[in-house]
Amino acid sequence: MLTAQFLLLGAVLFCIGVYGVLARKNAVMVLMSIELILNSVNLNLLAFSVRNGSVDGNTFALYVIAVAAAEVGVGLAMVLLIYRNRRTIALDDLSEMKG
Amino acid sequence: MLATDLLVAQNIGFGIISLMMIFGALRVVTVSNVVHAALWLVVVLSGAAAQYLLLSAEFVAVTQVLVYVGAVMVLFLFGTMLTRARIGAEGDLNNKNWALGIPVALLMFGVMAWVIIDGFGDEKLIDDPGSMSQVPIQAISDDIFGPYLLPFWALSFLLLAAVIGAIVLARKD
Repeated sequence: MLTAQFLLLGAVLFCIGVYGVLARKNAVMVLMSIELILNSVNLNLLAFSVRNGSVDGNTFALYVIAVAAAEVGVGLAMVLLIYRNRRTIALDDLSEMKG
Repeated sequence: MLATDLLVAQNIGFGIISLMMIFGALRVVTVSNVVHAALWLVVVLSGAAAQYLLLSAEFVAVTQVLVYVGAVMVLFLFGTMLTRARIGAEGDLNNKNWALGIPVALLMFGVMAWVIIDGFGDEKLIDDPGSMSQVPIQAISDDIFGPYLLPFWALSFLLLAAVIGAIVLARKD
């Protein structure tokens, strides 16, 4: 197995996630795309963990998973709050803070 | 090159799982139904867990299944159902400038692929495939509770703050 094949898979998933963040209007779909991005980062961390023969990559991947779980919890609570106030979660309509 | 250097079975497994993951990820960002997108995300996350097993990180793979496929997906489905009365397909999931995302993503992938291939090329992941063994969980815990204890504390406080914040935000009053 080559190092580059795991890194390239991570890059593909990262770019698909970036496209999702840019293209989607629904706030829940944007959060899902962010999960794709975080997963590609984890893949890279574990590949480098094997390459360098060190356990640190595993530890970092676990920390990233925990941060992602916290992020989804708070993010969905915010989406719920926006929906309760606005009856929509389309990100195009949230323009109160526009300069 | 010796046959043992090729790791044929692992490479075939990697290829199949990668194709599944990329297809699932493309479906996540293109499908016009939020619940279907969440279910395609399950495919991607499970594929990622399988890749972690290929990378001999079994503890992270189990955690991935428990946390992502178990907890986070349930949160997503709850979020979908609490914010959308109807479950069927919706035509307005994309921005009006959604097409701009394609060149941005392609450009980004081009740059990253160039750097990765330039930097790592055909470098082997490990020199001796026979020496690749499972990462002992004891080593991970030694790492977490040794040099990375301070980030672990910070992470505990982050999770506590996230739980309290989520309750405060979602409270009805």
